[in-house]
Amino acid sequence: MLRFIFNRLIAMVLTLFAVSVVAFAIIQLPPGDYLTTYVATLNSNGDRVDPSTIEALRQQYGFGEPFLVQYWKWISGILGRGDFGQSFEWKAPVTTLIWGRLGNSILIEGLAVIAMWTIALPIGIYAAVRKYSLGDYLATIGGFIGLAVPNFLMALVLMYLSFVWFGTTIGGLFSPEFENAHWSLPRIWDFLSRAWAPVLVLATAGTAELIRILRANLLDELKKPYVTTARAKGLPEWKVILKYPVRVALNPLVSTIGWLLPTLVSSSVIVSVVLNLPTAGPLLLRSLTSQDMYLAGAIIMLLGILTVIGTLVSDLLLAWIDPRIRYGSK
Amino acid sequence: MAVETISPAEAAAPRKVRRESQLALMWRRFRQHQLAVVSLWLVIIFYLIAALAEFLAPTDPSAYSARFTYAPPQGLHLFLQNEDGGWSFQPHVNGYKSEVDPQAMRRTFVVDPEVVIPVRFFAPSEPYLLAGFIPMSVKLMGVEGPRDPFYILGADRLGRDLLSRLIHGTRISLSIGLAGVTLSLFFGIIIGGFAGFYGGWFDSAVMRVVEFIRSMPTIPLWLGLAAALPKDWTALQTYFAITIILSLIGWTELARVVRGRFLSLRTEDFVTAAQLDGASDWRIITRHMVPSFTSHIIAAATLAIPGMILAETALSFLGLGLQAPIVSWGTLLQEAQNIRTLATAPWLLAPGICVVVIILALNFFGDGLRDAADPHGR
Amino acid sequence: MPQTPMADKPLLTVRNMSISFSSPDEADIEAVRQVDLTLTPGKTLALVGESGCGKSVTARAVLRLLDKNAVIPSGEILFDTGQGAVDIAQLKPDSLAMRSIRGAEISMIFQEPMSSLSPVHTIGDQIDEIIILHDRVSPKQARERTVALLDQVGVPGARDRANAYPFELSGGLRQRAMIAMALACTPKLLIADEPTTALDVTTQAQILDLLRQLQDDYGMAMLFITHDLGVVAEVADDIAVMYLGDVVEQGDVYEVFRSPKHPYTQALMNSVPRLSRKADRQRLSPIKGTVPSPRDRPAGCAFTSRCPHAFAPCPDQRPERTQLSAGHVARCHLLTREPAEALA
Repeated sequence: MLRFIFNRLIAMVLTLFAVSVVAFAIIQLPPGDYLTTYVATLNSNGDRVDPSTIEALRQQYGFGEPFLVQYWKWISGILGRGDFGQSFEWKAPVTTLIWGRLGNSILIEGLAVIAMWTIALPIGIYAAVRKYSLGDYLATIGGFIGLAVPNFLMALVLMYLSFVWFGTTIGGLFSPEFENAHWSLPRIWDFLSRAWAPVLVLATAGTAELIRILRANLLDELKKPYVTTARAKGLPEWKVILKYPVRVALNPLVSTIGWLLPTLVSSSVIVSVVLNLPTAGPLLLRSLTSQDMYLAGAIIMLLGILTVIGTLVSDLLLAWIDPRIRYGSK
Repeated sequence: MAVETISPAEAAAPRKVRRESQLALMWRRFRQHQLAVVSLWLVIIFYLIAALAEFLAPTDPSAYSARFTYAPPQGLHLFLQNEDGGWSFQPHVNGYKSEVDPQAMRRTFVVDPEVVIPVRFFAPSEPYLLAGFIPMSVKLMGVEGPRDPFYILGADRLGRDLLSRLIHGTRISLSIGLAGVTLSLFFGIIIGGFAGFYGGWFDSAVMRVVEFIRSMPTIPLWLGLAAALPKDWTALQTYFAITIILSLIGWTELARVVRGRFLSLRTEDFVTAAQLDGASDWRIITRHMVPSFTSHIIAAATLAIPGMILAETALSFLGLGLQAPIVSWGTLLQEAQNIRTLATAPWLLAPGICVVVIILALNFFGDGLRDAADPHGR
Repeated sequence: MPQTPMADKPLLTVRNMSISFSSPDEADIEAVRQVDLTLTPGKTLALVGESGCGKSVTARAVLRLLDKNAVIPSGEILFDTGQGAVDIAQLKPDSLAMRSIRGAEISMIFQEPMSSLSPVHTIGDQIDEIIILHDRVSPKQARERTVALLDQVGVPGARDRANAYPFELSGGLRQRAMIAMALACTPKLLIADEPTTALDVTTQAQILDLLRQLQDDYGMAMLFITHDLGVVAEVADDIAVMYLGDVVEQGDVYEVFRSPKHPYTQALMNSVPRLSRKADRQRLSPIKGTVPSPRDRPAGCAFTSRCPHAFAPCPDQRPERTQLSAGHVARCHLLTREPAEALA
């Protein structure tokens, strides 16, 4: 088990390195360098720029030097001082802008993962045990719709329907009075009363996928001899199913979190834009449209890191529940 | 005795089956999958719409008319009630009454059933080039008077005809899906094929890269790449750039499929048999391996198209994909982004219905193809 | 072989039992037709036949472990619980009455010890479960008994092995664990469904030995399903030969082996290789043709299509059960009619 964790950690460090390179490459992509844009913005605002400040910045970020040198300056700033660079649009260090929004992203995505599982588990088990029943067909149809309707479209439709039916607009995560308050019971309630919509929208595609996989796995497992063994012990049917085939069918399901996460993070960006959520998504979009590249690069990298860590957690979880992996056997 | 009379017939039967080509066999299995057949028809219809866009669209997608901002859908009526109460065949649309909402201080349109505007099929039009090279001067539908409103699916903010825009958008969205998959397939086959056939360090390096790309959230990456496109590029340049960006990530799945096929086929008995017969590498690949997996690749490619369409729609929806003069489902949906617009003109969500339908159809069609390609598979 | 007094009351009597399977788009298939079996304490009945002949289905019917699409349209399965007989055929598969028989009174071991044990639970957990379920003891006491059981069935280092997962054990040890689980609540009847088929020959002998010894210790009845006549000779007191859903011949194993009366039994005996010097060897005589699908089974004797002696009544009339000697019964027209037509 320790060896397994160690291997995974090594792999994660390598992946994180690759993530940072990709993020930095994106920072470098737009034509012209950041500093020129920065100076141009300052000048256009009528601010006088001190040449020595520019020179200091040039030194700090290594502009005009090779990619690797610039990368090194950037990454060592992040690792050493937690400095992700400056956002020229907001005229503030990137770090002051992202953490709160990233926290909201993690919160919404975490809730979406929980929602996926709580919805998918009972439906998937029911659909497999009562194969070809009405409920099974309904679950299948619902699954197809969940897979085919893009998240942002679902968010748009939900927004429209709630406006037409209830005269309210859904969107945002907090009412104005709770916007900057500390966490308290009323604030949690306010949050939940608004968060359900984005969470459900985000969870649909994943839920549909989980139901499909769980149903298929469980149908396979239900035919296995060990299920008959469990019945031959005299266990009641529901206990047989929950304790044995469902337990085994859960293993591959846990590993699907690993590849559902990238999709989830992806769609949370676009859903947040539609529903106007204070998460990292809209900030990323805005920074990209205004070519505020250090901010954009930081968000892309942090979202990547979030995904990588989530995948690691799902891998470890899988190892923890599946003895075959824990003991390194196939 | 009876046994002897039966056996020649029985022996003949399998021989007849064997003469059927791989393709015919696949088609026969595919036809048993009803949903897939229906989906195939849908896909064909959609691609026909894309191909015949200029002919099918009643008006120019960028022709605007400030008089008809957010005009609601007229619908198309085929029959007209005469004064004596009988019905006659007379395709028509109804005109509009405009009212000024005193509270919102805004002009709104209501369809006026009193005004009848006759619609002509195969109506003459300004000359145009179908698909860019066939000169035509007839459109599927048209109204007599050039000033008469003709908005079957309604109009947008600038009074442009949604139906025409939707039809032209279909061309862009579907073609970008197809182009993206073709490009991905090209990368996928070359990279995946090499990795699968020769294995070794190249294979493991490729697989690491594929795993890495697949473990990344795609939309932020796409956005990052798309944002770097120069603003002064022409529509066509952006179109190709977006296609390339989509396939930069799309190739991984196809490479994985191709590699997997090569790997499993390499150890297959019939390949070993061909090797023992002294066949060359080239002959083994082209005569034995490729025919046995082309169908899988086609199925995998079909299943990759929806992802491409969705990605383009998402990017354009966010405003970082295709840009204004180009009409795609994504750019159309972008206009429906805020709730105020949506409440005034819910018909702007129509492109969303197209997205859902084509994605379902392509998925069912691809599933059917995959099942038909692999009778033993899942 | 230990002899138990013949006077013993039968423990389980299967009378005239048929099993059919339904499917949504095809006609029902009668997988087993009118089978009679008797099991007595301390004795082993071997159910022999090719794969697909219905022997496993028969065994599972006794525990009502058949799939949902299977029904028992006729016949009874009388089980002597000690307080009167219960007709298992009338119980609902998931009823409390049925569940309290499963595992406690009648238990079963399966062919594939790997896939028959849950891959994600330890051996110990899986055995503890059945003890806790039927005997209502604390987990700690259950584990003590599990360890004792594993020890008894010859699992070395039982206390440690109880914490092992099935994939960590060899095939032989897994089957021993399976047996320990089946014996956990000292059942009166053990159904062994090809318990040695998946094992290699030396392990096979050990497991057979173990089963015989445990039967002596516990005095239980055993229904032993196999296609291996060598194994039958090793363990069985009685034998029932099945072909395509019919029991064609049954009786005392010695009697049946000495003078098989049904052509299928004869053919089966002739297709078993014997150890002999090359010069003394005789060609094996395999049975002609292949087993037809149950769908194509004739109304009469199931063996008609492959029987070398088939004659007029065979395809249409079902042969009666013919008593040949005390406890030796066969179903064949040759036994009741003149075989002249057949020989012609």
